[in-house]
Amino acid sequence: MAEILGAITVSHVPSIGGAIARGLQNDPYWKPFFDGFPPVRDWLARVRPDVAVVVYNDHGLNFFLDKMPTFAVGAAPEYRNADEGWGIPVVPPFRGDPALSWHLIESLVDEEFDPVTCQEMTVDHAFTLPMALFWPDMQWPVRTVPVVVNTVQAPLPSAARCYRLGQAIGRAIASWPGRERVVVIGTGGLSHQLDGERAGFINKDFDLRFIDSLMNDPAWATKYSTAELVELAGTQGVELLNWLVARGTLPAKVRQRHVNYHIPVSNTASGLLLLEPA
Amino acid sequence: MSRQPVPGTTIFDGEQARKGYALNKMCYSFNEADNRAAFLRDEDAYCARYGLNAAQREAIRNRNVLSLIAAGGNAYYLAKFAGIFGLDMQDIGAQQTGLTKDQFKARLLAARGV
Repeated sequence: MAEILGAITVSHVPSIGGAIARGLQNDPYWKPFFDGFPPVRDWLARVRPDVAVVVYNDHGLNFFLDKMPTFAVGAAPEYRNADEGWGIPVVPPFRGDPALSWHLIESLVDEEFDPVTCQEMTVDHAFTLPMALFWPDMQWPVRTVPVVVNTVQAPLPSAARCYRLGQAIGRAIASWPGRERVVVIGTGGLSHQLDGERAGFINKDFDLRFIDSLMNDPAWATKYSTAELVELAGTQGVELLNWLVARGTLPAKVRQRHVNYHIPVSNTASGLLLLEPA
Repeated sequence: MSRQPVPGTTIFDGEQARKGYALNKMCYSFNEADNRAAFLRDEDAYCARYGLNAAQREAIRNRNVLSLIAAGGNAYYLAKFAGIFGLDMQDIGAQQTGLTKDQFKARLLAARGV
């Protein structure tokens, strides 16, 4: 059976792409953010995953509002990045793993999750930037399985359902007969709000409590409705749903290998967390 | 806390998605450089092609983010519109909150606490 080596959860702000392109990793503004990543890169180099399951939300690259799935799973041999409109550089394509993707889809539908299946799919900054942060040479050493969660258009899937989706993905990976070594990546958040008079909202207390909960009490955030999560974390802070999916793939007991939290990157409180099964 | 609206916040739900469909569809088209250039060449014609209503057209003309949201715009799609003019999220945040960009950035920094 395939094995989940760990879960990495991380923010995915577009301006990170600009900072990478301009080589600003040691710029005083960016350094506290980029300095969070070497321990994660070292861990990845040590555990050598074959596959990354990447849980994220699309921001209007692959999906428009004409067809907006609550959950979608990529099942393509290759995933390409493309222009999102604001000029961050396009990164090299990613290899897919259609066999594992279809196993995931079959397993999820069997468990009464019903994702849209995508045999062609572009991947946006929410997928590409975490990959570029983990593997800065952009020579991706993993095959990938994208899992897309709607955090864009209400009604959003509840936190409880996202956590259960993660648990179902965990079971799907465990039941895959291959010997793949899998890392699960959840991207987005933490607290931020781009729109409205409340733009600039950040909630450090909530973020730190949420990070801590993923270690010690992973279902903690599932007591909140998505409306409550907007109030606590901001309209785009609800992207933390992707973190809950990723956390759900791990067993109840985990080891925290690394954590970093920094305010602000662009308008966002950035978080980075690496958990291993205990 | 549950069902009360959050001040200064418009949840992008079905009602907003219906209201803003044409506007968001136009903004979605700005993923492509040719479309961004076409918009800049002839803004009126480009907006007409997407069937923007009067409120949406006016909000686009004024580059006014709060009006664009009121007209059904979604933050992620409006960001593609803002990108045409090289505006970043602090520009957009400052405009919506009535602050200067420096004041807005200071507000973000203040969220660090002590």
